[in-house]
Amino acid sequence: MKPIYFDNNATTMVDPEVVQAMLPFFTEQFGNPSSMHSFGDKVSSALKKARQQIQTLLGAEHDSEIIFTSCGTESDASAIMSALKSQPDRKEIITTVVEHSAILNLCKQLEKEGYKVHYLPVDKKGRLDLKEYEKLLTDQVAIVSIMWANNETGTLFPIQEMADMASDREILFHTDAVQVVGKMPIDLKNSSIDFLSLSGHKLHAPKGVGVLYVRRGVRFRPFLLGGHQERGRRAGTENTASIVALGKAAELALNHLDFENQKVKAMRDRLEKEILSQVPHAFVTGDPENRLPNTLNIAFEYIEGEGLLLLLNKQGIAASSGSACTSGSLEPSHVMRAMQIPFTAAHGTIRFSLSRYNTMEEVERVIQAVPPIVSQLRKLSPYWKDNAPVQNFVPTYA
Amino acid sequence: MWEYSEKVKEHFFSPRNAGVLEEANGIGDVGSISCGDALRLMLKINPETEMIEEAKFQTFGCGSAIASSSALTEMVIGKPVSSALQITNQDIADYLDGLPPEKMHCSVMGREALHAAIANFRGEKWKDDHEEGELICKCFGIDAHLIEETVRANNLTSIEQVTNYTKAGGGCSTCHDGIEEILIKILAEQGKTLEKATSKKKKKLTNLQRMKRIEQVIASVRPQMLMDHGDIELVEIGEKEIFVNMSGACSDCQMVGTTLSGLQQRLIDDLGEFIRVLPASQLNKVMGGRA
Repeated sequence: MKPIYFDNNATTMVDPEVVQAMLPFFTEQFGNPSSMHSFGDKVSSALKKARQQIQTLLGAEHDSEIIFTSCGTESDASAIMSALKSQPDRKEIITTVVEHSAILNLCKQLEKEGYKVHYLPVDKKGRLDLKEYEKLLTDQVAIVSIMWANNETGTLFPIQEMADMASDREILFHTDAVQVVGKMPIDLKNSSIDFLSLSGHKLHAPKGVGVLYVRRGVRFRPFLLGGHQERGRRAGTENTASIVALGKAAELALNHLDFENQKVKAMRDRLEKEILSQVPHAFVTGDPENRLPNTLNIAFEYIEGEGLLLLLNKQGIAASSGSACTSGSLEPSHVMRAMQIPFTAAHGTIRFSLSRYNTMEEVERVIQAVPPIVSQLRKLSPYWKDNAPVQNFVPTYA
Repeated sequence: MWEYSEKVKEHFFSPRNAGVLEEANGIGDVGSISCGDALRLMLKINPETEMIEEAKFQTFGCGSAIASSSALTEMVIGKPVSSALQITNQDIADYLDGLPPEKMHCSVMGREALHAAIANFRGEKWKDDHEEGELICKCFGIDAHLIEETVRANNLTSIEQVTNYTKAGGGCSTCHDGIEEILIKILAEQGKTLEKATSKKKKKLTNLQRMKRIEQVIASVRPQMLMDHGDIELVEIGEKEIFVNMSGACSDCQMVGTTLSGLQQRLIDDLGEFIRVLPASQLNKVMGGRA
């Protein structure tokens, strides 16, 4: 049976149309866009087109606001480092406890270098407290960096409002939007967002290409120095084939926004409803009211996620988990801990993330597969007996 | 993806002896849900011959934890208690054609459960390691005795290996000095020295330096609290904990727990030791007559 890929927040399949669009740029159109001859010229025009395709998807005012990078992580780091370098008198950063490690590990390093980082906490549903946020917005803050949607739970933060609040106080605002671009409509020209990061491989383009949007008029200091590429804002020969691919993927994503928010959402909702109705002691993590249309994160209490993933994988179903054991660290994911999900459930969280390539038939197969696997693992668990949790199992060493 | 051996996968997908053994006369419950593993091992031991006749397990944990439990039951069934006690965690891993290094703690848990179950059969209280040795890793509750035993049994030579085998040191990492001391001691017995790269030691602070550092950290968080119309005051510094008074808006703020744990992490990072931050109201409870 054909394997089912429900791990699209990790990465996505490159759309076949995207592959077709990029292939000529390895062979016939291999020129360096900076070159003063027809080989370079053609590629240069292709990059311009790709830039406009991204501009359209993001609703940016100018195509020159789009800078191509190598990945989301590079875009994130470029935005934050630029804000710090261009405002040397400001030594504070505001972010959240649930950011991707691309932001968190950079912030940890910056703390060692003397910057003060404010990590906004989240409540049990993964939501931010905007009053807490407002208090932190002082003239000491160089940049606010908040993810638009959380990769594990799909929870959406009120980015427009938060960007407005920062903008009112003349503070730069960056959003890591890698999970949102292509899944939700974005209109940057009518927002206060100064920087936005996206990553190609999350929207059916290849790995190794990303974008940093920088609003016109925002002071920018390049992260990579060297040649004059990207108007001197990102040195290094352009990854032409992948940039063309990303442009095509952006065009396709725009055409599929309704599909994403209706069909994909309907599949996700059915998966959620059926699993919750068939599996006791399971709950959705994050904020169900404000959530990406494709993401479902469920905590199955009293079992451990890795076992579930292995058994799903055996049936050809790919998903991911926030459990400690799957990541190689010894504690469950920082997102689950931040939401104070009890340990008995945090280890058993499974994320299903869908895309436009999934079908309702696949959803039905997963609905068939999950409940028996959960009960099989619960039968093995000392915290479970006769279809109910055991209260009195207290191992030594706890 | 983890690289599990075929044997590990096989034991995970078709675990042997899973479930409850109603007539068990030796039960060992070990592990901790907070670090993701827990195991109940149930043995039926013939009281006259001390032969392990049956064994079953229940495990909360990842694939390799379930496979290790399954392997363990197969290894002990039909063995006298005396020889079962000789089984090491390495034996369990070998039985499974090896475990990834990060998963060796699963085999350690198996061995612990076996010892706990046999102690239970003999009517002894299993000497859990908290009582036997000094608690080294506070995050995962791992003591010196277990670390020593594991280092010896597996010829471990680095902190990273100790973390892989026991989980000790995998959390806040303030116990790395303690783990290192154990390693240095055992390696010295074997005529070896710890590699230079891992043996940089932090200089211990004097009491006065320590006090000043704590005051500085508190001073650095105060402006934020003042801005929120609250305040914090240092009341007492103990060996393993410090006590603070929260006042103004902070005293009844719902974020007080987060604030204290944030402060605690800053202190841990700054002092390089494990320290607990508690509200002054707990001063008498914790420090007893001393305060």
